[in-house]
Amino acid sequence: MSKKIITLHVNGKDREVMIDERESLYETLRNELNLTSVKKGCEVGECGACSVLLNGRCVDSCIYLTMWAVGKDIVTVEGLRDEENDDITDVQKEFIKEAAVQCGFCTPGFILKAVEIVGHNKPYTRDEIKKLITGNLCRCTGYMNIVTAIEHAIKHNMDKLGVPYEVMPSTTSFDVPEDEKDKMLESLLAMQNNDVTKI
Amino acid sequence: MFDISFLYEAKDVKDAIKKLVENENSEIVSGGTDVLIRVREGKDAGMGLVSIHNISELKGVSIENDGTIVIGAGTSFHDITNDDIIKKYIPSLAEAVDTIGGPQIRETGTIGGNICNGATSADSASTMVALDACIVLEGPEGERIVDIKDFYTGPGKTVRDRCEVCKCFKIKKENYENYFGYYFKYGKRKSLEIATLGCSVLVKLNATKDAIDDVKIAYGVAAPTPSRAVSAEEYVRGKKLVDKNLLDTFADKALSDMKPRNSWRASKEFREQLIKEMAKRSLVNSIRRAGGKIEYYV
Repeated sequence: MSKKIITLHVNGKDREVMIDERESLYETLRNELNLTSVKKGCEVGECGACSVLLNGRCVDSCIYLTMWAVGKDIVTVEGLRDEENDDITDVQKEFIKEAAVQCGFCTPGFILKAVEIVGHNKPYTRDEIKKLITGNLCRCTGYMNIVTAIEHAIKHNMDKLGVPYEVMPSTTSFDVPEDEKDKMLESLLAMQNNDVTKI
Repeated sequence: MFDISFLYEAKDVKDAIKKLVENENSEIVSGGTDVLIRVREGKDAGMGLVSIHNISELKGVSIENDGTIVIGAGTSFHDITNDDIIKKYIPSLAEAVDTIGGPQIRETGTIGGNICNGATSADSASTMVALDACIVLEGPEGERIVDIKDFYTGPGKTVRDRCEVCKCFKIKKENYENYFGYYFKYGKRKSLEIATLGCSVLVKLNATKDAIDDVKIAYGVAAPTPSRAVSAEEYVRGKKLVDKNLLDTFADKALSDMKPRNSWRASKEFREQLIKEMAKRSLVNSIRRAGGKIEYYV
């Protein structure tokens, strides 16, 4: 089997890589281009951890041959950037704010799917969002916060477009009263130091 | 890394056929959502793959002057669901292919692969059987057209030769015009699930919408191949909608046409129950979509 040199358009840049034509896209992205946000999960296209955006559409890169991606626009989480404000994107901010991340393994896949969903510019209902993310599995969060985060990200977009859009109120709250904050901090530190008496 | 002996990117259909003829131990890969998984499992390990993934002539949906709808075999499920022609004329096919796998699978998986795999559980198969689709195959000896009822020969087996490329599916106007359809998939999960049973119904009502002109009902997983329940179809033709025995007899007749079997997904008895219940619900939903009223069924 001969190796091949191909050019992939990844995250806005043309990257020349030497690949084996039997490789799947996630192997090339992880091993050749060090884009480790692309995860190796089930490898049979069920978990969605390896999702990447191909021409703006979410695809499982584990069952997608690298050769097929030549000439297509590939985006991974490393390439997401809010150029206007020189910041991370709204989707990423909402995932952090809504605590839609626990172990984090599924998160890159979910973020890319969410970017695709928000990019549709449609006011999806909660049930529609649930159906749209059925290709991504998360074993930690129970999905509640992920759906809320996507809903809030859509809300940002709808506000920009001037479309009214109702969202479920945030289920997480970082507005802890000042005196509570000190207690929480103390118990967190105690946990780190294994000091059982103060937890 | 997939265990394949080579990957050949075909430039067009003729090029793909040439390569398939040259290499005996090779097969076609289109979307890859089944073939690559079979390779990974070791079933098709060591085979050469002839890729028709990026051939644009195989993609897209069009409508001919006589009303025949042509669906390119390389059209992805997502593109079929969102295609304006399909949404307008055969919305039940759009619904059926929207139940396959998950959103990412539907982005790459193609209808040609779904049918040519020969699986009875293929979600597009029962609707395509109900629509009496014709399959256009091109091989070394030229093009031929096969009716979908003659296409399947057994579980995972079709009349398609290894060297033949499925180019497109043709659905004639008389097979979809004035028909209203419904696809019912029963699975344990809502997505990323292979159907325990699939049922597709197309109904044409008479002008006053109180009797059935024609019904086509096809099942997946109820027999070794996707198949029509012919005696059930014959029974309901011309029946009035107020006839209270209509649904129960229709369901019994449908069951007598099918040969479900035990598998680890479900038992034969459970599948028999599903065949009857899904026949009723799919028929009622199709009739309601066609504008008919069935008041005694909730």
